Amino acid sequence: MLRLLPPMLVLVLAWALWSGHGEPLIVAFGAFSCLAVFGISLRMDRVIGAEPLDYGLAVRSLVYLPWLLLEIVKANLAIAGLILQSKLPDSSHLIRAKAGQSTELGRVIYANSITLTPGTITLDLRGEDLLVHALTKAAAEGVQGGEMDRRVSRLEGQG
Amino acid sequence: MMILDALSWFLLVGGAVLCVIGGLGLLRLPDVYTRAHAAGINDTLGAWAILLGLMLQAGLGLVTIKLAMIGLFIALVGPVSSHALLKAAYAHDVRARASEEEDPHVD
Amino acid sequence: MFTAALIGILITMCLALARGALGPTVFDRILAVNAMGTQTVLLIAVAGFWSGRPEWLDLALVYALVNFVGTIAVLKYTRFGSLAEDHTRARP
Repeated sequence: MLRLLPPMLVLVLAWALWSGHGEPLIVAFGAFSCLAVFGISLRMDRVIGAEPLDYGLAVRSLVYLPWLLLEIVKANLAIAGLILQSKLPDSSHLIRAKAGQSTELGRVIYANSITLTPGTITLDLRGEDLLVHALTKAAAEGVQGGEMDRRVSRLEGQG
Repeated sequence: MMILDALSWFLLVGGAVLCVIGGLGLLRLPDVYTRAHAAGINDTLGAWAILLGLMLQAGLGLVTIKLAMIGLFIALVGPVSSHALLKAAYAHDVRARASEEEDPHVD
Repeated sequence: MFTAALIGILITMCLALARGALGPTVFDRILAVNAMGTQTVLLIAVAGFWSGRPEWLDLALVYALVNFVGTIAVLKYTRFGSLAEDHTRARP
């Protein structure tokens, strides 16, 4: 029961930040909507309460997210430069890659990070196998180089 | 104050320019897979730069938190919809003009 | 400066609209609609500041939510021809 508390707190906090109102009627509406969302989430599989929140993940993401942000900025500028070239290179690649993470959550984070970086999009994730579409050869090699894979594994807590 | 203003000006205009580049890519690139990469520019750096520029204008407060939450939402949702789109296109046999190693077909 | 950003966003929306009109596949059109939706979120946010009414941000967030759900719904419809189908059974 105790593990249900943090998600509820998140909902209440999100409502308070969005609303910014303090009148009793509005607060009652807010409490009702928090409870309704909480009830619906409880009925869904594995959204709330299936496993305890991993606070270590939040701490370790403080290292991972700035790196990811820098990668996204670099990839954005590269793709923008590519689009502005007068002759477009006809060289997109469809590659396979392995996700080395042990948990499903880690693999999903990895696949989403790949998609979030412009120039590479995950088409399919099945088990450990990723199917990635890359716009340029450099982007494809970036995925196959596996630095992001290692960093997500570290984020997941594998040493 | 002057520096913050200049920075926010730079971010707003830079974000708008990136968005136009993304739109140009949407129009110029050859097939749906490559076009999704161009749309990725709009969804990530273009949107974030504009939102960050607005945050600098708004200063600390509820408005900045709302802007940050919009940015976070775009960041969470952008990859999911482009993945769903391309997976559906792939399942519908829209062929990529790509060098495929084999035919790793998804159903 | 808000005007400059607004003009950039509007140009992008025109480009996305052109892609939506040109097609050629249905996925190009959905991609164009999705890009258009993201630009609309930004347009509402910037226009709110431009006219001095940052409360419009709430509308921007709602538009972002609707855009996402709409994209997924249309994709599901193009794939299964129905929104109510149980897709785990449709494709064994």
